[in-house]
Amino acid sequence: MSSTFTRIEDSATGAKLAGPVGWLDDRLGLAGAGKKNLRKVFPEHWSFMLGEIALWSFVVLLLTGVFLTLWFVPSMGETVYRGSYAPLYGIHMSEAYASTLNISFDIRGGLLLRQIHHWAAAMFVAAMMAHMLRVFFTGAYRKPREVNWLIGVGLLALGTIAGFTGYSLPDDLLSGTGLRFVNGLVRSIPLVGSYIEFFVFGGEFPGTMIIPRLYMAHILLVPAILLGLIGAHMLLLVYHKHTQWPGPGRTNENVVGYPMLPVYMAKAGGFFFVVFGFLALMGALLQINPVWVFGPYNPAEVTAGSQPDWYMGWVEGAVRVMPALETTFLNRTWSWAVFIPGVLLMGLLFTALGVWPFIERWITGDTREHHLLERPRNAPVRTALGVAAMTVYGMFWIGGGNDIIAIKFDLNLNAITWFVRIGIFVGPVIAFIVTKRICIALQRKDNADLTHGFETGVIDRSPDGGYAERHAPLPVGDQFALTNARERLPVLEAEKPEADDADGVRNPKFRWQNLRHKAREFYFDGSVDKPTTDEMEHAAEHLDGADEHPTDRGQDFKGISHWGVPGDHE
Amino acid sequence: MTDELDIKSHEPIPDPGLPEHQFRPQDIDPAQEKRTERHIAFMFVAAMVLFVGFCVAYFAIPIDAVIFKTANTVGWNAQNFTFGMTLGGGLLLIGVAIIQWAKKLMGDHEMIELRHPTGSSKDDIADVLDDINAGIDESGITRRPLILGSLLGAMAFLGLPAIVLLRDMGPLPHGHTNTVWKKGMRVVNDVSGKPMKPSDLEVGQLVNAQPAAFFETDEHGEPLIHGHDLHAAKAKAAAIVVRMRPEDITPSEGRENWGIDGILCYSKICTHVGCPISLWEQQTHHVLCPCHQSTFDLADNGKVIFGPAGRPLPQLPLGVDDEGYIIAMSDFPEIVTPSYPELARDQKKLDKKFGGSN
Amino acid sequence: MRKLSTKRRHPIAGLLVLAMGLVLTGALYSVIAPEPATAESASASEIEAGRELFLVGCASCHGINAQGIETKVEHDGKPGNYGPSLIGVGAAAVGFQMETGRMPMAKTAPQAPVKPANYSQKEIDQIAAYIASLAPGPARPSEEYLDWESVDKEGVAKGGEFFRTNCTACHNSTGQGGALPEGRYAPSLVGVEPIHIYEAMLTGPQQMPVFSEAVLTPEDKLQVIAYIKRVQEQPTHGGTGGGGYGPVVDGMFVWIIGIGGLCGFAVWIGMHGTRVKKQ
Repeated sequence: MSSTFTRIEDSATGAKLAGPVGWLDDRLGLAGAGKKNLRKVFPEHWSFMLGEIALWSFVVLLLTGVFLTLWFVPSMGETVYRGSYAPLYGIHMSEAYASTLNISFDIRGGLLLRQIHHWAAAMFVAAMMAHMLRVFFTGAYRKPREVNWLIGVGLLALGTIAGFTGYSLPDDLLSGTGLRFVNGLVRSIPLVGSYIEFFVFGGEFPGTMIIPRLYMAHILLVPAILLGLIGAHMLLLVYHKHTQWPGPGRTNENVVGYPMLPVYMAKAGGFFFVVFGFLALMGALLQINPVWVFGPYNPAEVTAGSQPDWYMGWVEGAVRVMPALETTFLNRTWSWAVFIPGVLLMGLLFTALGVWPFIERWITGDTREHHLLERPRNAPVRTALGVAAMTVYGMFWIGGGNDIIAIKFDLNLNAITWFVRIGIFVGPVIAFIVTKRICIALQRKDNADLTHGFETGVIDRSPDGGYAERHAPLPVGDQFALTNARERLPVLEAEKPEADDADGVRNPKFRWQNLRHKAREFYFDGSVDKPTTDEMEHAAEHLDGADEHPTDRGQDFKGISHWGVPGDHE
Repeated sequence: MTDELDIKSHEPIPDPGLPEHQFRPQDIDPAQEKRTERHIAFMFVAAMVLFVGFCVAYFAIPIDAVIFKTANTVGWNAQNFTFGMTLGGGLLLIGVAIIQWAKKLMGDHEMIELRHPTGSSKDDIADVLDDINAGIDESGITRRPLILGSLLGAMAFLGLPAIVLLRDMGPLPHGHTNTVWKKGMRVVNDVSGKPMKPSDLEVGQLVNAQPAAFFETDEHGEPLIHGHDLHAAKAKAAAIVVRMRPEDITPSEGRENWGIDGILCYSKICTHVGCPISLWEQQTHHVLCPCHQSTFDLADNGKVIFGPAGRPLPQLPLGVDDEGYIIAMSDFPEIVTPSYPELARDQKKLDKKFGGSN
Repeated sequence: MRKLSTKRRHPIAGLLVLAMGLVLTGALYSVIAPEPATAESASASEIEAGRELFLVGCASCHGINAQGIETKVEHDGKPGNYGPSLIGVGAAAVGFQMETGRMPMAKTAPQAPVKPANYSQKEIDQIAAYIASLAPGPARPSEEYLDWESVDKEGVAKGGEFFRTNCTACHNSTGQGGALPEGRYAPSLVGVEPIHIYEAMLTGPQQMPVFSEAVLTPEDKLQVIAYIKRVQEQPTHGGTGGGGYGPVVDGMFVWIIGIGGLCGFAVWIGMHGTRVKKQ
């Protein structure tokens, strides 16, 4: 192929395009911008595409959202339904709900686009969360990427807001119940709750303003900020260059992979079509938010199984399992039972996400740049904290779906609530301990593989009749991958701060230093260091005899590789 | 400590470098390469066919056509299914074909790009500092504190109109307003607006009730309260009427005559976050909120017995008018709707109004 | 080059087959509707026959004169019921409880579940006649108020208003049922006979409240039935409905099918395909 390749500027098409492209370059300087980036290298791994799912879901949201705005009427004005969905014929409802029914039943393809839009919204937040978990558990947020992590936290928060504002627009019974819930959350804010409520809703609930206002936020304000932040997120990704997994030839100083043009342009571009196509298939096969069965919003009606979309499910769960707590103080009512789980908890999650990279850096004192990903096992406390947080989140999820769980699995509703009430305290502790132990065990296993080799499945019989399984050293590439990105542990005893120095003068920073020392002890507790150069040399000597194996053992049996695959399949 | 962490001096295994490149079947077998090329082109053509199919379906399938309807299943909307399958299938084929092209036929040699420190070089920093200093010096901003101070002041004051402009987003909260309930207003069945006599209700009965005001009409038969006014009023006035055996009820002091022969009326608005609540269990006399599972005991003055609600359900005193229909004897003596900061204050005012009888 | 290696089955093929199997199994799920029923008028011999049946099958819990049996176990300070009194419950309650198989109960439980009816239609009618003879109570509804197909569009929509105001809080928007405290539940309304929906509203079985004829008129009840039936014969327009359970199931689909499926694609994109040694 390459022998017959004609350069584009020499081809017939190229000759025709030379004029217009030259015109553009004279005005935009395209070549200068393209020079650096067209062949930019991206490493390859499936987990690097989670963020891409979120990105492409967002694009699908913009496309389908524009379609929906052509017919949606963001008004709480009253109208009488005369559309083709018979069971609601002649019912009084808001124009927002009537136009949503219209999109679903009287606009061809409207139902499909509505369903794709809703699935894409749910997927957008889910993919962001999956992406964020990947970044967290591999330590990819470490220097120099802390700012991009913060942008990511902002994107997750805004994505949630975008989803919730959209969920509330159709003004069906479910979304109206959701708004009623938000109304309750807002007015629970101590001292200023009523003021915020009246300003947001334009008066008493439900008023006439909330849907037009949410519509503005949903189609203009939030997407515009999202777009800006996504742009910044991508620019920083390009500037920092993507992180990569350690492996032979892959170090902290380089990035190994395929070029943007053509491979990643094709893979990422193709993935857009895959995401869009997949969402369209979901829209074709899976019904989501059938607003017509819920009926129009009416403050005197409610349906069993009133739940928010999944990303608000944990807040819903927290609100459900919170015991009654309301106090009167200073002639004011303090509605803790709503404020703590509904408002404070969300703030706590996003604050914790935002400050974690800085807390970890303060603990480790690590100021180097990190471009190699860390395996979760090699940061046991970080991994365990992550799993503990996921456990709490999952517990709240159970709380949010307690009625559905009760009816589907024949369980006692109140018992589930009590399970969650206890579980949010006990669950994360167990998860932390178990995860940390597993991580440390896996570190030990890595060390054992490095220093004792892997089991080959070949049994040697010694002259005195004993049997032993032969071990062989891991391929050197694997040895490098296992050791390269693993941090050396600090010697904690040596750095213990003293309250007084040798002359008995008080150390003014002792309390702060001691706190940090305690945090370091907690963070590095139990971690196993990687083998030293001496240990590896010793191991190489020890495993020397196995080198001839498996290739020199004849054709009939080749043992197994370090992956457990029989040698003759290698 | 930074020295201790220095990875170089402790690295037990040196970098063996990138492994030898391995080839794909397509790289060495022209027949396989051709075959893959045909596969990819076939997927693009199939996508075209599906997109044409989408257009055909758009005009050929009636909007109310139903697909997969059997004796036991209700079926799906035929258009939604066909549109989604053709559109989604076509998009998926395009995506898979492009990716397959990249995986199987495009260049496959891994490239190495070197990283550079993320921070700026010392020279760049020095240059930028020079520029900034030149800017500061030439503007004289440090020498003219009056200008700097007044500029910052003007910017800060610009915030005032920006905030004041938002003032009309809503009225100021006006404290608790009464619901539309008042003495003598009939308690009617929701939706139908039918008034009730005590004899119409059986033990174990639940009526989702509204004040009769919601069903009053003008001379043209149009309801007097409608649209969002109705919603706002309903959000506070909705009620449930239940009938229990009188001996099961334990009214608190002052509430002995609020019911009629075991008929009691409570607010339908949960005191937690305001969901309408009508899951009444006639044997336990408990009512459960389906939103967050606050449970109230209606035989015991609407007391909270489970869940996050902080206050009991407000009770509406009932009576009977001249024609024998059930009426309210007053507005709710307790504040309906979820808690808000001024609730304690407003409740005190309300207590005064009801003469402290509650 | 080895031919075999390029044709080798894909590692995720097994997973795909498993997933398809699961989808198929779910699709085959179907609902069995109970037998239809008709009401008849009673004669003295029927009442007597009903009493005989009652003494054999019901009296052990409800007492030999249907006066109910109280237990010593106290609940909330009041004696519990072994079986409640049936005096004055009427034929409608008997028809509902026995035709849906709720009575006789197989075992004590927070709630009597629906199961195939143990008695023949004739036997149920006889027991109903006996119970109705003890004291006046709600009779079985007449055919006129069960003919839901006669209800017009406006009537169905009105029935929807009644349904959303009175029923959805427990039974859910699509009548899938919902959870109540302490292990009790509001049962599903899918496939329930019109007469049983009517009788349930009329008699208030178990924890369900009563909706008396004077408040929710027979015409209103017919509209409610018409709405339930009409809404349940509506297609699930957008595809498989996730059981009508709303956002919880949607969220499950997002993570399992959505993120799961697209991660599958991502794994495929990032996977190194078949490699061969250059000859």
